[in-house]
Amino acid sequence: MLKTKKTVYLDYAATTPIDPQVLKAMLPYFSTRFGNSMSLHALGREAKGALEQSRKQIAKIIGAKPSEIIFTGSASESNNLAIKGVAFANKDRGRHIIISAIEHPCIMQSVAFLEKHAGFTITRLRVDKFGTVSPADVAKAITKETVLVSIMHANNEIGTIEPIAEIGKICHDKGVLFHTDAAQTLGKLPIDVNKMKIDLLTASSHKIYGPKGAACLYIRSGTKIEPILHGGSHEFGLRASTINVPAIVGFAKAATICAKQMAREDKRLASLRDKLIKGVLLRIPRSRLNGHPKLRLANNANFSFDFVEGESIVLSLDALGIAVSTGSACSSEKLEPSHVLLAIGLRPEQAHGSLRLTLGRQTKERDIVYTLKVLPKVIKNLRIVSPFKI
Amino acid sequence: MPLPYSSKVMEHFLHPKNMGKIKNADGIGKVGNLQCGDVMWLYIKVGKNKSGKEIIKDIKFETFGCVAALSTSSAITELAKGKTLGKALKIDRAKIVKNLGGLPPIKIHCSVLAADALDEAIYDYLQKNKKKISLDLQKRHEIILKSKEGIEHRYHDWINLEEELRHGKD
Repeated sequence: MLKTKKTVYLDYAATTPIDPQVLKAMLPYFSTRFGNSMSLHALGREAKGALEQSRKQIAKIIGAKPSEIIFTGSASESNNLAIKGVAFANKDRGRHIIISAIEHPCIMQSVAFLEKHAGFTITRLRVDKFGTVSPADVAKAITKETVLVSIMHANNEIGTIEPIAEIGKICHDKGVLFHTDAAQTLGKLPIDVNKMKIDLLTASSHKIYGPKGAACLYIRSGTKIEPILHGGSHEFGLRASTINVPAIVGFAKAATICAKQMAREDKRLASLRDKLIKGVLLRIPRSRLNGHPKLRLANNANFSFDFVEGESIVLSLDALGIAVSTGSACSSEKLEPSHVLLAIGLRPEQAHGSLRLTLGRQTKERDIVYTLKVLPKVIKNLRIVSPFKI
Repeated sequence: MPLPYSSKVMEHFLHPKNMGKIKNADGIGKVGNLQCGDVMWLYIKVGKNKSGKEIIKDIKFETFGCVAALSTSSAITELAKGKTLGKALKIDRAKIVKNLGGLPPIKIHCSVLAADALDEAIYDYLQKNKKKISLDLQKRHEIILKSKEGIEHRYHDWINLEEELRHGKD
């Protein structure tokens, strides 16, 4: 019943398909080069060599030293380590952490954990209607007790890019550590940890055509941090676990390819995104764009449609071969609307009808044309069923 | 990976039955779930069967909600159509869920919403026509009324807009 010929994947912020070149680079590390990077023999040293080469590649992309990169299993893990690791290592200096109200749930939950179990005070900075954090608000919130500020580079739901270079400078001047979650931006936006005064940075593999199960945390040398996963001496003693060499090799390869293509791909996606945004707002009455009109990820479009609900839109589009996502309460496990959409001032009923479309490498103009043809009809049909109409 | 919904649910969702408004309805049930935000309006037309008992002659719905809310709305109209008011009042969430071949646990509240909407539509009809309302229905009505206040508050603007438009057209 739901089989369609066409599949238009517009959920690249959720995950991406692996680049064939990346897969090719990974394959030997599953079979012939299967060694444990901790072993002393030739196979082990071969794995260790691949690991260190990958570390170099990632470091180069963000202007860091290889010794400042540690690999983890996911961006959630990197964020947990950044928040909890810095908090525990610096708790004698103070127990205050500043984040924004629109961070990823793994940041929100990590600080909530510290609040509940370790006596930390958390400031959750409000954002404006576009989802932008004000650097002045960060400066005002910093106290003598503040040990860490964590503000994401770009938001995963609404795509808004935060002024992290300004925030980094403020933190640097005040002597407070600054972490940024760049899971949505590595390989998409230029990053230089020194210019941007970033002390810790989270990046992810599967958002940039690399495999799932690999991510990293950049930690500026000299930063006090405690491991949260205890055991062997892997990753400079900061992350015990046998190294997932194939995934890390793939991550480094994927990041290198993205960094190389970044400028061109950014331009191409931004043009498709603008066509999509313009088309949707023009064709669908009572629709609005969520997030910043200009300072947003080149691949992100997020809308709200009055009088209809997001899960209904997603599954209607799914039946027509278009894959997208929503911040509606009905699609969440807790039946709560997206905290990001509420934070930018949407009323719950507006968050109810939200839709995120994220573009990527395989997105072509014809996909946008098809979406613009189909989406207005889907919204119209759902509005016919809705008690609220235009 | 299959959908979280049964094929029956998807069938109702993609091809809803009895959707729309009934002009000059005999009873209207307007309910909503404050937590998730879904809203369901049910319209009934009451007639009589051969033995003179009051039945649901026609029934239509309008729903603002997720796949489960839309499909339970559609399903309850099919379940209730042609039934005597007494039998219609016995359609509860369990019957709706069974009819749909199951619902994910987190979506059970949608079937409650549909059952509430039907209760409210029948209550509305009985009250308007000064007919006897059972103690049980009266109780259910009062419980539903409490949660409704919150929903009406939340959708104040949209309800007004919808009423303005309706009166404009009539």
